Amino acid sequence: MTNLARNVTAEPRSFQASSLKEISPQGINMSSYPNEFSQQNSQALNIKDIRKRFGRFPALSGVSLEARDGEFLALLGPSGSGKTTLLRVLAGLELPDSGEVQFKGENLLATPVRKRGIGMVFQHYALFKHMTAAQNIAFGMHAKPKGQRPDAKFIASRVEELLSLVQLEGLGGRFPAQLSGGQKQRIALARALAIEPKLLLLDEPFGALDAKVRRELRRWLRSLHEQTGLTTIFVTHDQEEALDLADRVAVLRDGKLDQIGTPEELYNEPANPFVLEFLGDVVKLPCNVDGNVAIIEGARVPIVGGVVANGSQIAYVRPDGFEVEQGDGPGLRARIHNVFTAGPEARLDGTLENGDAVEVRISHEAVRGFSEGQQVRLLPTSVRVWS
Amino acid sequence: MSLRSDDPTREGPLVTGLFIAGTFAIFFLVLALPLATVFFEALRRGWDLYLAALVEPDAVSAIKLTLLITAIVVPLNKLFGLAAAWAITKFDFIGKSLLLSLIDLPFSISPVIAGLVYVLIFGSQGWLGPMLDDAGIQILFAAPGIALATALVTFPFVARELIPLMQAQGSDEEAAATTLGAKGWRTFLFVTLPNVKWALMYGVLLCAARATGEFGAVSVVSGHIRGETNTMPLHIEVLYNEYNFTASFAVASLLALFALVTLLVKTVLESQFHDELSAQRHR
Repeated sequence: MTNLARNVTAEPRSFQASSLKEISPQGINMSSYPNEFSQQNSQALNIKDIRKRFGRFPALSGVSLEARDGEFLALLGPSGSGKTTLLRVLAGLELPDSGEVQFKGENLLATPVRKRGIGMVFQHYALFKHMTAAQNIAFGMHAKPKGQRPDAKFIASRVEELLSLVQLEGLGGRFPAQLSGGQKQRIALARALAIEPKLLLLDEPFGALDAKVRRELRRWLRSLHEQTGLTTIFVTHDQEEALDLADRVAVLRDGKLDQIGTPEELYNEPANPFVLEFLGDVVKLPCNVDGNVAIIEGARVPIVGGVVANGSQIAYVRPDGFEVEQGDGPGLRARIHNVFTAGPEARLDGTLENGDAVEVRISHEAVRGFSEGQQVRLLPTSVRVWS
Repeated sequence: MSLRSDDPTREGPLVTGLFIAGTFAIFFLVLALPLATVFFEALRRGWDLYLAALVEPDAVSAIKLTLLITAIVVPLNKLFGLAAAWAITKFDFIGKSLLLSLIDLPFSISPVIAGLVYVLIFGSQGWLGPMLDDAGIQILFAAPGIALATALVTFPFVARELIPLMQAQGSDEEAAATTLGAKGWRTFLFVTLPNVKWALMYGVLLCAARATGEFGAVSVVSGHIRGETNTMPLHIEVLYNEYNFTASFAVASLLALFALVTLLVKTVLESQFHDELSAQRHR
């Protein structure tokens, strides 16, 4: 554990980051927080203008981003956005057509894959089927060149150490077929950590697991990251996972970087409608913009984000950004179809006058006055508008 | 069983029965009966004559030659098959689909033509014939020519077994091994090979079965020199044409026995390592 212990003391930041995230209520301006940490942490990974085409399909069209030392960075995007290609470029499994990748000053693209010292965990684990869990973990140590190869005794003790790190003590003798999906994923992680990588890459690490295991593993992975302090980049298409796990999230679309920032920044200050829609449900409403106010069915609603020009525009509201009223007055008229009260917050499904379906989330207290078939008014509390 | 007739996922008993009976009838007529005939004819005149036919010098020479050719051809095609399958499934390169169809060529081409090609190349009127004659190297009408012709005909067996399996397995494990620092040779030896070993053995079995039984291509290049360049299939034909049925069927029974053993081993492999072979079942 010596290697891991050293990292724990060197990285007080991770703890700070996660505790901040837990207590920060929505809406608090978090912009001072990343600045603080860039002063503490140097840039470790520098990705500059990476381009890659597969035949005529441009997978990456000029992506530049940076990761700080010890950072947990998520690459988030829909399928075909280039996130996995970018990860494979970092691992050395794809060679980009142009661009630069530097890790602490070292030109990664000029380093052969097997000398990069980058741990990669594959979506479908890619465990060696005919080897036991322990043999899988030991593979990277055995593969070291003769001079650097540790002796059998060290390898055995290191395997035990890693097995206990991933909380699978005693399962070293099992073959991958005898392990559950979550266990395989953890063995794959232990195998990647065994080479003491300078960078850890995870490709959709929870993609093939069921929802409950996925949440457990997510929490576990976060605490493991806090223990090791290893710079980690993971790819996901699940926005909840990205927002929940990462220090910062990079949103990719069509091979380009749309926005990068902390989960709070992305959720509260989305750069464009795509990021807004990708990071959660959203209701789109026609409106008339007058300065920094959107007029929606007679209601004057403050505009809190976007790029605004006067005139007829589309306003974006999160489902929890409405007040629901009864009786006459300004606001969108809607008829309630269904009232759902299961889950942490209540949900109203309704239809607007123009026939569009609308979904509103309100508290359990607020939902009490409403029933199915009722006519209500929806008042957005604030909106975003992009011209 | 009483449920069977009402089972909505099944056809009625008449249809099922008819098809099963039909299948068995055809199997019996076309496969089982001829095979039984081989053994029956071979042993009809008694065990002594049967054994005598097998230990007769020309027969022994044919058996030896066949075993020699198989021993040369199978490792060659195993190597080639592995190399081709590895290249085709784990890498992208120009001419990949061309190579893939070329591998299948021996399946579509008549073995006689395969033999003739070698006559055209190595024969005394052929391209390389005079040159080889001057150098004192004999390829045609000798073991090297027979081995070449057999190798050509059995070219696709190993590669064809491996390619679908390796395609289904993808190259994630190889990629993982490489990121863990393994060199190509280590990756091949410790990751790729163990993953395909049963399919490889299966391909080798089929290749061996075909190599021992090859007639057409070998017939063209061998020259039919008794006791020298006759393989088992050629020897069987010679004996048959001489109306020496007992001896002919005796050697034939040996070939058939080899095929049966191959079949048995293949069945055992399939039942034991069903998962690792499964990719080819969906082919």
